[in-house]
Amino acid sequence: MYQTNYHRASSVQEAVQMMGAATEGKYLSGGMTLIPTMRQRLAAPSDLIDLRHIAEMKGIAVNGRSVRIGAATTHEEVATSAELRTVCPALCGLAGHIGDPAVRHMGTIGGSIANNDPAADYPAAMLALDAVIVTDRREIKAGDFFTGLFETALEDGEIITAVRFDAPAKAAYQKFANPASRYAMAGVFVAKRDNGDVRVAVTGAGSSGVFRHPDLEAALSANWSPDAVANVTVDGSDMLSDLHASAAYRANLVKVMTKRAVSAT
Amino acid sequence: MGIDGIGARVPRKEDRRFLTGKGRYTDDMSVPGMKYAVFVRSPHAHATIAGIDATAAKAMPGVIDVLDGKQLLADGIGNLICGWMIHSKDGTPMKMGAWRPLADRTVRYVGDAVAIVVADSVAEARDAAEAVVVDYDLLPVVTDPVQAIADGQPQLHPEASNNLIFDWELGDAAAVDQALAAAAHVTELKIFNNRLSPNPMEPRATLGIYDAGDDHYTCYTTSQNPHVARLVMSAFYNVAPENKLRVIAPDVGGGFGSKIFIYPEEIVCLWASKRTGVPVKWTCDRTEAFLTDAHGRDHVSTVKMAFDAGNRITALKVDTIANLGAYMSLFSSCVPTYLYATLLSGQYDIPAIHANVRTVYTNTAPVDAYRGAGRPEATYLLERTMETAARELGISPAELRRTNFIRSFPHQTPVIMNYDAGDYETSLNAAMAAADWNGFAARKAEAEGRGMKRGIGMSCYIEACGLAPSAAAGSLGAGVGLWESAEVKVNMVGTIEVMTGSHSHGQGHETTFAQLVADRLGVPIDSINIVHGDTDKVQMGMGTYGSRSGAVGMSALAKALDKVEAKAKKIAAHLMEADESDVVIEDGVLKVAGTDKSVPWFQMALAAYTAHNLPQGLEPGLKESAFYDPANFTFPAGCYICEVEVDPETGRTKVVQFVAADDFGNIINPMIVEGQVHGGIAQGIGQALLEGVHYDDSGQLLTASYMDYAMPRADDLPSFKVSTSNTPCPSNPLGVKGCGEAGAIGSPPALINAITDAIGNNALTMPATPEKVWAAAQAAN
Repeated sequence: MYQTNYHRASSVQEAVQMMGAATEGKYLSGGMTLIPTMRQRLAAPSDLIDLRHIAEMKGIAVNGRSVRIGAATTHEEVATSAELRTVCPALCGLAGHIGDPAVRHMGTIGGSIANNDPAADYPAAMLALDAVIVTDRREIKAGDFFTGLFETALEDGEIITAVRFDAPAKAAYQKFANPASRYAMAGVFVAKRDNGDVRVAVTGAGSSGVFRHPDLEAALSANWSPDAVANVTVDGSDMLSDLHASAAYRANLVKVMTKRAVSAT
Repeated sequence: MGIDGIGARVPRKEDRRFLTGKGRYTDDMSVPGMKYAVFVRSPHAHATIAGIDATAAKAMPGVIDVLDGKQLLADGIGNLICGWMIHSKDGTPMKMGAWRPLADRTVRYVGDAVAIVVADSVAEARDAAEAVVVDYDLLPVVTDPVQAIADGQPQLHPEASNNLIFDWELGDAAAVDQALAAAAHVTELKIFNNRLSPNPMEPRATLGIYDAGDDHYTCYTTSQNPHVARLVMSAFYNVAPENKLRVIAPDVGGGFGSKIFIYPEEIVCLWASKRTGVPVKWTCDRTEAFLTDAHGRDHVSTVKMAFDAGNRITALKVDTIANLGAYMSLFSSCVPTYLYATLLSGQYDIPAIHANVRTVYTNTAPVDAYRGAGRPEATYLLERTMETAARELGISPAELRRTNFIRSFPHQTPVIMNYDAGDYETSLNAAMAAADWNGFAARKAEAEGRGMKRGIGMSCYIEACGLAPSAAAGSLGAGVGLWESAEVKVNMVGTIEVMTGSHSHGQGHETTFAQLVADRLGVPIDSINIVHGDTDKVQMGMGTYGSRSGAVGMSALAKALDKVEAKAKKIAAHLMEADESDVVIEDGVLKVAGTDKSVPWFQMALAAYTAHNLPQGLEPGLKESAFYDPANFTFPAGCYICEVEVDPETGRTKVVQFVAADDFGNIINPMIVEGQVHGGIAQGIGQALLEGVHYDDSGQLLTASYMDYAMPRADDLPSFKVSTSNTPCPSNPLGVKGCGEAGAIGSPPALINAITDAIGNNALTMPATPEKVWAAAQAAN
C-alpha cells in the first residue's frame, strides 16, 4: 500500500469539506474492495475520508411499506434488522450472504452500490426494488444510477447518504456463487408489486454490469410462477465470459436462479 | 501403552503456542540492523533482458542497494539445480537448463526474479522496486506441455531441444503390447491431472545474516529440511561452506512439499547480506506465492488397461507428458518418474506394466513435489481407469477390484516396488460398510425425487512412503542418501532432549516423537523436548516429506533410544549391584526384575554425569545418536468412497459423504493421524472440485489470488468418516507406514468417479467446476 492519510468524518458536510481539501481523495465506506485494491498498489488515493461514522447516514427506518436505509449501514445491520424483515425479508437474506462475517460487519450498502462491482449483490436489489439512491445533492433512480462496470451516475465528490424504496408484495434473491471469490457468478433479484409490476434484476452475469431482463419480467408479469420462466430464452451474448464461467453457462444460471427466486417467494 | 505412550490420543504439545499466537515463524525473526528486501520480478513469461537501470531506484528514500543477476554471477553464485538424475531411454542424461537465482540474460516465467532491492522498510523497498527499469525484449511463449514438445515452438533452454527434458521409460513394453493384443477387453482413457498451487498458510520467507567477523552466514528460512538447504547452498550454489552456514527453520506454517526446495530468495538474501553489510529479510506476499512457489501435478496421460475374459488385468500401458515449468526444481525429475511410475501397479496383481514419461519445459512456474508427489498422479490414473473399466465390463467397481487385488506378500510388482505387507480387501470391506454401499440405490432414488443426481465412487490407493533406502535411491539417480538421524540427550536430572532431522511444520512431531520416548523410558511427556530445524543443534537430517518422519525419523530415534536404554541399564545395574540383563525400565524407574531393587530414572541420569560410581571403563554422560537407513519403502494403502449429489440445473456438486479406510500400520497418535487424513482429503477434494492454476496464452497467471484460485472451505466438505486397519510394516522397528499424504492421494479419483457416476458421463476433468459438470450432464442427456 502506498502512503495515504485517513480522515474520519462526523457529518456529511465535513466529509465534503475533507474531500475538497484532498489532492486525490476517496470516500471510504467499509473499504472491502478499496483497501485490498490499495494493498495491491492498484489504487493510490492521497486521502481516505471515512463515512462509516456519520450518524445521519446510519440506520434503517421502516414506515408502513416505505423503507429508508442509511448508506453507512453495514450488511450485518441490514441482515439482522427485524423491522426490515417484516416488509422485505429478501433484502435481509441478500445482505446475510455477502462475503463472510468480517466483511458483513465492515461493508456498507452505500459503499457497495457506489462501487458497483458487476458481481456485487446490492445493485440487483436496488434495481429490482426500484430504489431511489439519495445523495447529498439529489435523488437518483436506481435505473439511472448503475451505468456500467464499476460506473455510476455519481459525480465527483458526491456522497450517497441513503437508499429508499417501497417494499414490494413479493421478492427474493438467489445467487450462484463463484467457488473461489464467493461473489455472484449469477445473482437474480425478483420483485412483484401489488399492481402487477414485476422486476427481474441480474448481477454477476452481465458484461456491462447489473441489468434488468425484460423477457423474464414479461413472462413473470403474465404468470408469477417458476414454470413461466421455462419458456423464456435467456440470451448469452451479453453475458460475461471468464475463467470461471462461459456466457452460455451464465445464461443458464440466470434462468435457473430466476426460477428458484420465484419459487422462494 | 501408557497415557502418553504409543497409541494414545495425546493433545499436541505444540498447539499451546500455535493456538495462542505464540508461534515463532521466520517473519517474526528480527535482528539488530535488519533491512527488508523486495524482488523485482519479470512481468513477462519469456524475454531477454537488454538492460537494467537501477539509478533512480538507488536514489530513493531508504534504499540501501539494488543488486542484479550480473553481480550475482560475478560473485560466483551458482545455478539452482535438480538433485535427482534421470536418464532418457536412449541413455542421455536429463537436459537441465541454467536457473539463475537472479536472471541475468533471460526470464522464462512471470515472476522470475531479476533484481533485489534492500531498503529500510518494506514499503520503501516496494517503491524502489517499481522504479527499477528493466528493458525486456519479448520472446514467444509456450505454456501448454503437449504443444511445447511439438516442432516449431518457442525454445526455453538451449540444452533442451523441443523443450524435452527427458524421455524415460519403465517396464516391459513388448510384454505389454503382447498382452494388449491378446486382451479380451481394453479400457482406454485420456487423463489430465490439474496444476495446483500449494498454498501453505505461511508464505515463504527468509532472513539472511552475514557476520563479517567470523565470515559466517545464518539463514532463517521456511524450510521442511534445513540440512538439505545447507547442503545444496554450500555444495552447488557456492553461498558458503557448510561449516560457515547455519540454517534455521523455526516454526513453519505448512509446506505440502513446496518448502522442500531451495528457492532463489534464500540464496540471494544471504548474498545480499554480505554485499550490503546488513541482515536482509524477505517475506513473500500471497500473489508472489501463487507466482513463484513450486506448483504441483500437471500431467497429460493416455492409458490402456488390458483384461482377460475373467476380468483380470493383464497389462497396463501409460504414456505421460509432465510439465515441469520453466526450470527444473530440486526434486522435479523424480516426481513424475520414480514416485509415479513405480506405483502404477496400485493394489493389483498386474503381470506387465509399461510407462513412458516425457518431461517438458514451458513458460510457467517450476513444478515439483506437492503432497503425495507422483503417487496422486498414479492413483488418479489407475483408479479412474478401474472405475471406467468396471462400467465398460458391466461389473461392480468393488468386484473388479477384488478380482485383481494382490493377496500374498511380499509381492514384487513389474515396476520396481516390492510390497511387504497389506490387506486391501479389509480396507475395501470397511469402507463399503461405513459408506452403507448397499443402501446407495435407495439414497439415489430419494435424491432423484428432489431433482438431484446422486453418485458413488471408490478409489483403492497405495503409496510408497518412508523415503527411502539410500542405496536403492542412489541407484535410481538420487543425489543424496535418504536416511534420517536422531540424537537423544538425557540431562543430568533425567529430562530429555531429542534432536531430530525430521522437521515439523504441522505434523505434530513435538508430540509423537515425545510419545515414543515416553513409551520407551516411562518418563513424563512434559520432561521431553523435541528439537528440530536448526543445523547448529541437530547433527544431521534429511527433512520431512514423503510421509517419512514416522517410518524413518522415528526409527532413527528408536535406534538411539536402544543405545540410551542399554547404557542406562548398565549404569543402573552397577548401582543396584545386579546383572544388566535383569534390569527393566518401567514407569520411569529402572528395576531388577523379580526383586524390590530399583533406581529412579533421574538418579540413574545423575549418576551418569557425577560419574562417581560408574562401571569400570564406562564413559560418563548419557547422550546417544543414531542414523537409520530404511530397508524398504513402506506401503500405506486404503479404500476411499465418496458420495455426491449433483444439481443438474447448475452443475454444482455437493460431497454428501466421504469415507476413508486406511491401513497405516501401527499408529503413534490416532488423533494426529485423523487430522492428517482430514487435511489430506480436504486437499484432494480441493484438487478434484475446486483448485486449478491457469495461465493464459501469453503466460500471465490468471489465478494469482484467492479471488480466482478456489481453495476448499469448511462448507465445501462433509464430516469425514475415517477408520484404520493395521498390517504392521515389517521393515522398520516401529511397524509404522506413514499417513501424511494418503488423504490427498486417495480422494480425487473417488470424487470424480462419484460425479461421473451421478451424471452418467465419464468425460470429466479436474477440477470438476460447476460449469464442467453442468456441460457434461447436459451432454449425457
